[in-house]
Amino acid sequence: MNRRGRLVLGVLGAAVVGVLLWEGYKAVGDPDGTVLFGTRVLPRTDDAAMPHVWTILSRFGEPELAGGHPIWLVVLQACLFTLRSVAIGFVAGGLVGLLLAVLMQRLRVVERGLLPYVILSQTVPLIALAPVIAGWGGRLSIGTYPWQPWMSVTVIAMYLAFFPVAVGMLRGLQSPAPIAEELMRSYAAGWWQTLVKLRLPASTPYLFPALRLAAAAAVVGAVVGEISMGTRGGVGRLVIEYSREATTDPAKVFTAMIGAAALGLAVAGVVGLSEFLVGRRRVRA
Amino acid sequence: MKRTRFALAVLALSTMVLTACGTADEPSTSTGTGGTKKVKLQLQWFVQGQFAGYIAAADQGFYQEQGLDVEILEGGVDIVPQTVLAQGQADFAIAWVPKALASREQGAEITNIGQIFQRSGTYQVSFASSNIKSPADLKGKKVGNWGFGNEFELFAAMTRAGLDPGKDVTLVQQQFDMQGLLRKDIDAAQAMSYNEYAQLLEAKDPATGQLYKPEAFTVLDWNNEGTAMLQDAVWANTSKLESDQSYQDTATKFLAASIKGWAYCRDNPEACRDLVVKRGSKLGASHQLWQVNEVNKLIWPSPAGAGMIDEAAWKATVDLSMTTKNADGQTVLTKAPEGLAYTNDYVQKALETLRSQNVDVNGSGFTPKTVTLTEGGA
Repeated sequence: MNRRGRLVLGVLGAAVVGVLLWEGYKAVGDPDGTVLFGTRVLPRTDDAAMPHVWTILSRFGEPELAGGHPIWLVVLQACLFTLRSVAIGFVAGGLVGLLLAVLMQRLRVVERGLLPYVILSQTVPLIALAPVIAGWGGRLSIGTYPWQPWMSVTVIAMYLAFFPVAVGMLRGLQSPAPIAEELMRSYAAGWWQTLVKLRLPASTPYLFPALRLAAAAAVVGAVVGEISMGTRGGVGRLVIEYSREATTDPAKVFTAMIGAAALGLAVAGVVGLSEFLVGRRRVRA
Repeated sequence: MKRTRFALAVLALSTMVLTACGTADEPSTSTGTGGTKKVKLQLQWFVQGQFAGYIAAADQGFYQEQGLDVEILEGGVDIVPQTVLAQGQADFAIAWVPKALASREQGAEITNIGQIFQRSGTYQVSFASSNIKSPADLKGKKVGNWGFGNEFELFAAMTRAGLDPGKDVTLVQQQFDMQGLLRKDIDAAQAMSYNEYAQLLEAKDPATGQLYKPEAFTVLDWNNEGTAMLQDAVWANTSKLESDQSYQDTATKFLAASIKGWAYCRDNPEACRDLVVKRGSKLGASHQLWQVNEVNKLIWPSPAGAGMIDEAAWKATVDLSMTTKNADGQTVLTKAPEGLAYTNDYVQKALETLRSQNVDVNGSGFTPKTVTLTEGGA
């Protein structure tokens, strides 16, 4: 079987396993969940807590509100809206991470001084950060273009996305063997040439796993940012809007969650595809 | 040498990036296009019937009549309206009085200029079969609450009934939905009359296959229990209110147009529902009509005029805020509010304007509608 066929089979297989696990647990689990020492360790399995997969899927086809657009369209549009924040946040975060990695590789003192802060940056809880970033929003503008709420979400996505790239790329840029660096030096290659001809190519095995992490982080950041700031239009907002209706329409919130998950998969897929393309070009070269 | 040059280049680059994002910190007194004044209003939550009056004022042109161009900013999970106001990101904010007073005590310079909701909309709802007919009956029960300052009326009622909220009841953190009550994880759940209570009546009773009827539940209404606190009010920036003549004018105009919006929603609840739905609320139409109708009940009738801050109700809220302890033994306020915590100056002027336009600002003849909820509020 060829590579593509295996990929399709893998994706389908994962989906089938997921559905079987969901429905399987729903079939055998206690409808009231399993409670150990007063703490619920396994979730409830009734239709309000775990709607059937087909209920959720059919909910996609029904209108969001009476007479409104079908849910699949609403969720898709919301995902595309969030995708803008994710994409810009991912690219900007990647560039910032790359720049920081180069800087830290170039100047040892920067690495020593900056790296702890880079790590520290990820321990700041988003719940504390989001209102602050939303607060800046009203004061900033890009040139004459006023700040938009989705840009605050983008900043959060970027804030989460830069970290894996910075750390991963630093490892990658430091990965060439001393003998290779010495060879470059013997050619009288400057720092820039060493970076472009040696360090960057050598760092690709580190770059792509880092980018995958960054892509996932950007999606999480955007969705959480939207929830936190209530930014209208995105899939994070849909999650919170639909969760309010869980009393009467429990399947609805799952459609938004599936949308958010699909968005994450799509972005990860783009990274995987670019890795594949870069790999193929390098093999040809 | 090379290193220094590199470091300099990085420095120059980062300066360039930073300066590219300029600040657009326009003073709120600037006039926009057409000679209208730009005003930002921060809501507590997403657009819904709770804010119908402001939406009506914006979409029916009442703000425009007053020369205002009002931008309505929606809330979010982590957006605290009074903080947004105190930081200067909005000109006015809608917030509950106890929560705003707590922010005030922590240094937010804000003033209540209009008490839109005259009554509290918070219920504690239980199944009728649980026999919770008074706060004292909560003893030994699982009592749901949202926390974050939304629970003080409940705690005040329990304290008044001689219960220790930390010991005599089991406190349960509530989610956004009412499944906790329906599945009996919670015996008595917090619910806003205009939102969560409606969600209960939009749900199907598995025993009958019909929607739950109001008789299925017992409601503790804090207005009747004597522990109600003031809720949605219009808050303004204190220092601007004290020094900025143009901001004072804006405050009066903003209140006049907002109250006119609420009067419009009192007389045209269906039209207001449509305006809210048009603004992109994700809640269904019957749910929104219920919400507008219930909110009307919290505002009308207003014997002194809509938006007037009643001294007795204010004092009751402040007293409860200083004496009620939450589960951690904390009170909302440690001392009485200092400085200009509220003023009726602007709302009085606004009411005069409206009376001269023959707008009914008392609503003494107000009769609420009977709204039929459909499943899911569709």
